[in-house]
Amino acid sequence: MRITCPHCGERDLREFTYRGVALALDRPAPDAGAAAWDDYVHLRDNPAGMTRDLWYHSGGCGAWLVVTRDTISHDVISSELASTARRATK
Amino acid sequence: MRVDGKGLIDRDIPVEFSFDGQKYAGFQGDTVASALLANGVRLMGRSFKYHRPRGVLSAGSEEPNALITVGRGAAQTPNVRATVQEIYGGLSVRSQNSWPSLQRDVLAVNDLMSPFFSAGFYYKTFMWPRSFWEKLYEPVIRRAAGLGALSGEHDTASYDKAYGFCDLLIIGAGPAGLMAALSAGRAGADVLLVDENALPGGRLLGEDETVAGVSGPVWAAQVVAELGEMPNVRIMTRTTVTGAYDQGTYGALERSGLHMADGAGVPVETFWRIVAKRALLCAGALERPIAFANNDRPGIMTAGAVRTYLNRWGVAPGRNVSVFCNNDDAHRTARDMQAAGVNICALIDSRADANVQGDFPTFTGASVTDTKGRLGLSDICVSSQGKTQWIKADCLAISGGWNPSLHLTCHTGARPIWNDTIAAFVPVPGAVPGLDVAGAAAGVFSTKGALKSGAYRAKLMLDDLGIKAKPNPTPKSDDTPYGLTPLWAVPGKGRAWLDFQNDVTVKDVELAARENYASVEHMKRYTTQGMATDQGKSSNVGALAVLADATGRSISQTGTTTFRPPYSPVSIGAMGAGALGKGFAPERFTTSHMATLEDGAPMIEAGLWYRPSFFPKQGEKTWRQSCDREINMVRSAVGVCDVSTLGKIDIQGKDAAKLLDFVYTNMFSSLKIGRVRYGLMLREDGFVMDDGTCARLGDTHFVMTTTTAAAGEVMKHLEFATQCLHPDWDVQMNSATEHWAQFAVAGPKARDLVNAVLDTPIDNETFPFMACGLVGVSGVAGRLFRISFSGEHAYEIAVPARYGDSLFRLLCAQAGALGGGPYGMEALNVLRIEKGFITHAEIDGRVTAFDIGMGRMVSAKKDCIGKTMAARPGLVGDGREQLVGLRPVGTVKQLSAGAFLFEKGASASRENAQGHTTSVGFSPTLGHFIGLGFLKNGRARHGERIRMVDHLRDLDVICEVGDPVVYDPTGGRTRG
Amino acid sequence: MADLIAKTPCEGLLPLSVGTCTLSEVLPDAITSVSPQSGKTRAVSDALKKARGLGFPSPNRATGREGARCIWFAPDQAMLVGPIPDPIKGASLCDQSDGWAIMRLKGAGCVDVLARLIPVDLRASVFKRGHTARTMLNHMPLSITRTGANSFDLMVFRSMARTAVHEISGAMKLAAARKAQ
Repeated sequence: MRITCPHCGERDLREFTYRGVALALDRPAPDAGAAAWDDYVHLRDNPAGMTRDLWYHSGGCGAWLVVTRDTISHDVISSELASTARRATK
Repeated sequence: MRVDGKGLIDRDIPVEFSFDGQKYAGFQGDTVASALLANGVRLMGRSFKYHRPRGVLSAGSEEPNALITVGRGAAQTPNVRATVQEIYGGLSVRSQNSWPSLQRDVLAVNDLMSPFFSAGFYYKTFMWPRSFWEKLYEPVIRRAAGLGALSGEHDTASYDKAYGFCDLLIIGAGPAGLMAALSAGRAGADVLLVDENALPGGRLLGEDETVAGVSGPVWAAQVVAELGEMPNVRIMTRTTVTGAYDQGTYGALERSGLHMADGAGVPVETFWRIVAKRALLCAGALERPIAFANNDRPGIMTAGAVRTYLNRWGVAPGRNVSVFCNNDDAHRTARDMQAAGVNICALIDSRADANVQGDFPTFTGASVTDTKGRLGLSDICVSSQGKTQWIKADCLAISGGWNPSLHLTCHTGARPIWNDTIAAFVPVPGAVPGLDVAGAAAGVFSTKGALKSGAYRAKLMLDDLGIKAKPNPTPKSDDTPYGLTPLWAVPGKGRAWLDFQNDVTVKDVELAARENYASVEHMKRYTTQGMATDQGKSSNVGALAVLADATGRSISQTGTTTFRPPYSPVSIGAMGAGALGKGFAPERFTTSHMATLEDGAPMIEAGLWYRPSFFPKQGEKTWRQSCDREINMVRSAVGVCDVSTLGKIDIQGKDAAKLLDFVYTNMFSSLKIGRVRYGLMLREDGFVMDDGTCARLGDTHFVMTTTTAAAGEVMKHLEFATQCLHPDWDVQMNSATEHWAQFAVAGPKARDLVNAVLDTPIDNETFPFMACGLVGVSGVAGRLFRISFSGEHAYEIAVPARYGDSLFRLLCAQAGALGGGPYGMEALNVLRIEKGFITHAEIDGRVTAFDIGMGRMVSAKKDCIGKTMAARPGLVGDGREQLVGLRPVGTVKQLSAGAFLFEKGASASRENAQGHTTSVGFSPTLGHFIGLGFLKNGRARHGERIRMVDHLRDLDVICEVGDPVVYDPTGGRTRG
Repeated sequence: MADLIAKTPCEGLLPLSVGTCTLSEVLPDAITSVSPQSGKTRAVSDALKKARGLGFPSPNRATGREGARCIWFAPDQAMLVGPIPDPIKGASLCDQSDGWAIMRLKGAGCVDVLARLIPVDLRASVFKRGHTARTMLNHMPLSITRTGANSFDLMVFRSMARTAVHEISGAMKLAAARKAQ
């Protein structure tokens, strides 16, 4: 599998570390309540199809990425910097 | 038998090799198979289950029968295909799966018992008694059935790996591949042309045809020569593309040195990971046999293989050659062999309307129904219009048609589709993104069709890549149409083989169908059809045709099994190339490494780092003696320890303090410049992640230390916090671990030692506990931190790493003068246990700040990562196992880490466990073992006596629970 | 008071030659991490240009030349290799002079050596002089910069210098053996 780092270009999977769904960008407020925090920390979908995941370019530039990919076809549709994605949610 | 004037071998270079100890002569360019056939050797192996005599079936990597072991001892490689292994002077190969010899194999008795060995035999026979399986059945079966054996020694052969990149990867250098490479090469594309064989040309080398007015091999050589002149084209021979993976990644195995006697440093194999913008599969097609009774004798080969041996290697595989086929293509075999002067004793075509031309006995609408010959074919039985007759033949060329080599197109999950015209599966378009198929692999079987298809598909790819290509005219070449009528199995009695490698017969597949293993995947597993080294390349389609027939479905409805990488076997050594020894994991060495080794210190691994265990002195016989001495030395004088391995992260920027407040549980924005603070870091789920100190060097400048183990994790965590959660914070981070050599100086004489190397001496006023600052160290700009992990008056002194070796030696020498010296990890560990300081033995990912007694370090004034979740019910309270100190108070005086804690009266079983021990050591300071552990509601149980039980080390110890800090609880020594 | 003696990261390990390639240690006066603060990249680049004649590099590029190079290292971070910099307004500097071993691999066929170690596309048409990449040398973090047609500068952690030399020299031997084949 190959992922395009917005900085470094297309790289082999071995340079990346997987973290999980990009939900991790949307950290709830401390007082958001148990359900919101449970959702944020623990609850994960297991989609057959499109997913937006966080990857860390550990063997490269150290950027956190949001990668959109298809778990069925293994297509990597797009990737963007997590910082950009985070700013967009605010 | 060698045929004069034929073949692409170099007859000027004779080569001698041995097979089963017997010497044979061949020529440069021969494979083991071609050379043995040239010497009249047909018997090359024994079958997997029945130990039936077998010879070569094919002339390529799909070979199911002729598996040999190459080399001896550690360098022994089993299951090498005799059709692939090239000969060289001194090559020694052996047959497999026979004893005492290939000719007289005792286990051939299995063949007589074949009625008992039908499909599902193992499942039906060895079910009971259950206990017999491991002790009796499995070992016996393993001995009887099988392929070659491993040496059992370390593989000493050298393997290599490499990464390759190209615009266009062309897989296969037959007519389609060569034509594609020519088109793409001339257009200027960056082309990688890969072929499995030693010589490019594919089928052109095995046929007697002309292309553009010259013979096929000559045309191929001309194209290769032109490509060789192009700087943008790379040709790799002896290389099999073994797998297609996501995003244009391909695996390929290059047999870089297997064809050579003396490697001279050349690796035997190289595993390539190739990334191609586009790839074109031109892998050709594989011929399939026809099933009939006793169709597995040595001398029975595919028709294409027979004429390949003639045209490519100048070898006639027999003196009386017969042909049995269902298609026109196989007629070439009779034609070529006869032209070479070989007797054709019969051509049998199953089609009644077949048009056979040739001056030899021909039978149409006929079939071969049986054969004779104990160790090799002697006679064939031909049935024609109700009559049967036996004909003398030592070679039978069979052809049931051709299957496109479409395997790679299915590696990412696609299934091929059935094509009735050629009675074969063909690739589904777009099966693998970026991969197209040309030539016979796409079902285009004539030479002209393949050439045209190669050029056309290459053009499409070049268009895709935005590269302009001029059209290349298709060279004048053979365009005979391919006519066949499917015939999979000749009806009749006797065992008719489908899968030669796994001894699967038509009856086995029919039995599977009757027993309701009707799905092709079930049939495969029930009968073992299509397993092992050849993966059923020549047999799968025939087997599923028989299954389709038995279950009353069409082949298309029956479908195929799943194609998975690798296409052909890849040795584990090649896949793991470069990962042995140092290649498995880098070794990280501190600057004090050499000096430490000179002191005779044994090293232990701490992550990738190497750190000294202890520094043995003369007369010390055990590590404990050294460890105890080093502890006493630190407690009474001064010790030196390299702590450079701890992570050091330089954090700067306007929002640096904000970041630290966010990632640490406690407050750092209030830390004064020139001071250090201990910090605790949580994961977002509320559990402890790491701990360490953080120093403030300036208003917007901090240096964080992490544990050795978690340095990388913490950096990643900080990057996550800044990039993913707070991208607008103005923070700059740098791992500075490697720039600094840092040494702990600990003990009552620590300041004396530090002052001995500082340019300007310090005192308690200017440099109190938890102070930090820039200092001159013997003329070098360094840093000094007054922190302690031993409970003693201690410092950490840092200099740029280039001076590390020198400073370590200097500190050790100066310490010696003060009655001190270096100490290792064993002493460091006991020193910190005495003080109740935690490491990752305690913060193992399951403990909270509350558990380790640091609940109050979670600041109420601010949010931090993990704060909310750490407050969950269940993560705090009496039910939690809490950090405690332990000491043995009964008759047994020893403790062990990883032991469980039980109440005194309770039985020592899992459900009664009250906690466990994490770190233990003998404290020479206190004169007894001490330990840290977690005990349910432990902080309220100080003074209580409990049992520590270690079932593995057979320890049962009465302990007293106490405070984790057993040495200098008020911390006076640290501040002194 | 005794003076401290400096050791280089590859002391006792380099130089070495195998076949047509040589591996040698590069010893700049300093290696400094330069990280522009938020919104200061342009200003930092201008300051660098004024002081050193080289700008802050864009991703995957190195500016400057032999003796003074600024190598892109990470988002908003570059390594100034060579001169010891004065403070730069708007940038956080971090001394990394002793943190990295710099090795230069030079000679015909050096790309074949690197193809055995590094999973990135180093073809001359793609990875040109002045191009740089953060990637891995087998399992080791790496910065690689092409400094010429047959010349690359490789930066690895100082602590890993011994393993890196072992791995590179092994690949040099394999590549040379294949070339002689």
